[in-house]
Amino acid sequence: MLKDWRTQLVIIFFSGFILLFIVAPIAGLLLRTSPAEYATTIQDREVISSIGLTLFASMGATIIFGILSVPLAYILARKNFPLKGLINGIIDVPVVIPHSAAGIALLGVISRGTWVGQAGEAAGISFVGGVAGIVVAMAFVSLPFAINAARDGFAAVPEKLEKAALNLGASPQRVFFSISLPLAKRSVISGLVMMWARGLSEFGAVIIIAYHPMITPILIWERFTSFGLSYARPVAAIFILVCLAIFITMRVLSGKRYHVRN
Amino acid sequence: MLEIKNINARLGGFWLKNISLELEPGDYLTVLGLSGAGKTVLLEVLAGLVKPEAGEIFLNGKDISHQSIQKRPFGLVYQDMALFPHMPVWKNIAYALKGNGLSGQQQQDKALELARLTQVEHLLDRHPGTLSGGEAQRVALARTLASDPEVLLLDEPLASLDVKLRQELRELLKKINQSGKTIIHVTHDPMEAATLSKKIAIIEKGELIQWGKPEDVFRNPVSEFVARFSGIKNIFLCGFKKSFEKNGLYHGLTKNNITISCLDEPGKETAHLMIPGEDIIVSEEKLETSAINQYEGIINELYFLNHGVELIIDAGEIFSVIVSKRSVEKLGLDPGKKVWLSFKASAVKIL
Repeated sequence: MLKDWRTQLVIIFFSGFILLFIVAPIAGLLLRTSPAEYATTIQDREVISSIGLTLFASMGATIIFGILSVPLAYILARKNFPLKGLINGIIDVPVVIPHSAAGIALLGVISRGTWVGQAGEAAGISFVGGVAGIVVAMAFVSLPFAINAARDGFAAVPEKLEKAALNLGASPQRVFFSISLPLAKRSVISGLVMMWARGLSEFGAVIIIAYHPMITPILIWERFTSFGLSYARPVAAIFILVCLAIFITMRVLSGKRYHVRN
Repeated sequence: MLEIKNINARLGGFWLKNISLELEPGDYLTVLGLSGAGKTVLLEVLAGLVKPEAGEIFLNGKDISHQSIQKRPFGLVYQDMALFPHMPVWKNIAYALKGNGLSGQQQQDKALELARLTQVEHLLDRHPGTLSGGEAQRVALARTLASDPEVLLLDEPLASLDVKLRQELRELLKKINQSGKTIIHVTHDPMEAATLSKKIAIIEKGELIQWGKPEDVFRNPVSEFVARFSGIKNIFLCGFKKSFEKNGLYHGLTKNNITISCLDEPGKETAHLMIPGEDIIVSEEKLETSAINQYEGIINELYFLNHGVELIIDAGEIFSVIVSKRSVEKLGLDPGKKVWLSFKASAVKIL
């Protein structure tokens, strides 16, 4: 019993320390920003347009690339094929490489000298120094979150349900949209939310591709290096509050879990 | 008519080897076998969910071996029902009705008709997670019937139900079968097979050991496995020697040195002999009858069954004997009593 108490105390201490480690810096940042600083920053057009651009670019990256990745996630969950392990590894590459290096790598593909860059220019889309470049950079570093969550979600859908639907005469497309996707919905949405959230916070890859127009993480960095902590902190506080509000709302709205009876 | 010819299939660690069966329209076939025997794989092969490595399936003379899952007229009800958890009961039932040319109203009417047949009309707005085992099984049945299959494939449909629900569902399955639907029902319960089937197939380790009418299979099991699996007791491994043949009788010796005489030639030095418990006579004294096999023994245990009383008698070997309740009272058959067992050589079957 004594042993159990000691174990419990250790667990509580460790868990409390970890939670405090996450919460304390954010709470400190939010609490040390005065109401007057909040009021001034909210009226700062540069800050507001920067937050708007960041939200928009990350959302764009999530909608375009996240949704495109859903079929790949399904195939990875359901099919076995040669080099599947390699593909799973490739998907995680953006997470493990330095993001500034990712920006340099992307630049090699989308800069004006490349055929992708030239095709973009011809279509009126400028990657380097443009919103499209920000979208690509955010997507590159955040895609693993969407694909991995969706793949795990599809893998958790009992294959038997899909087989039952096929046996009832449904086409594979109908099975996907009426059974697999609705049952994996929570994981897919959760992955998309994580992708979007990760895109919002991206700094390293974006700064290489597009310093301007300025997304909020770059704006915070610029104010910090140019004017100091007291100028950067209110922008960071506002940005964190906006992100948290949207993040919590989307998690709540992402739907309920269904339990398959056995 | 359904003809299954030399089906060979593999799914994970399960193998099916050379399965051949023939069913008439309206047949009720029960596939009996232990867990892992390959019964479910057989259903999945028929439904088209598992591709066989060899063999053919003909339905009404047409080769459907390569027909897509969607076009096969086989409706499969999984053991765990596989109801769609995110849909209410009525959507589960109506799933197969969508896209088959019926209007929305017609789909609803059909779903309601099937819900009435399976007695789940009061559950239509509920989700599967809130249903009991029996309710879920009925919904699964209604959902499969909605696709109007020619052959209904049932994977252990009564396994998770209590006695009352089992009886109710058994009646429903009989009713569905009597309406002309061919049913293939997988189970590991011989009683379930005996009460429902017109035909029985016994599978052991992926191979079809025996199939036919239940009375034929249970009365004339072709192997020890079939006999034991069918719930038949009194199976003894006996040794035979040439010199054991006398006066047209063959005398086998059990491991406990009891001699059992039979009419049929065993054909080998060791064979399993089986004596149906119903064919053994119990008496207080040794009888002067034509029964060659007579042993003295002691009643060890006594079990009251629906159709009589089972006596477990130690006569050197343990025998299970079925007698009437009247005989138990008349002869005072209680544990510890000494009795005589007798049965004719013609009652002994060689497996």
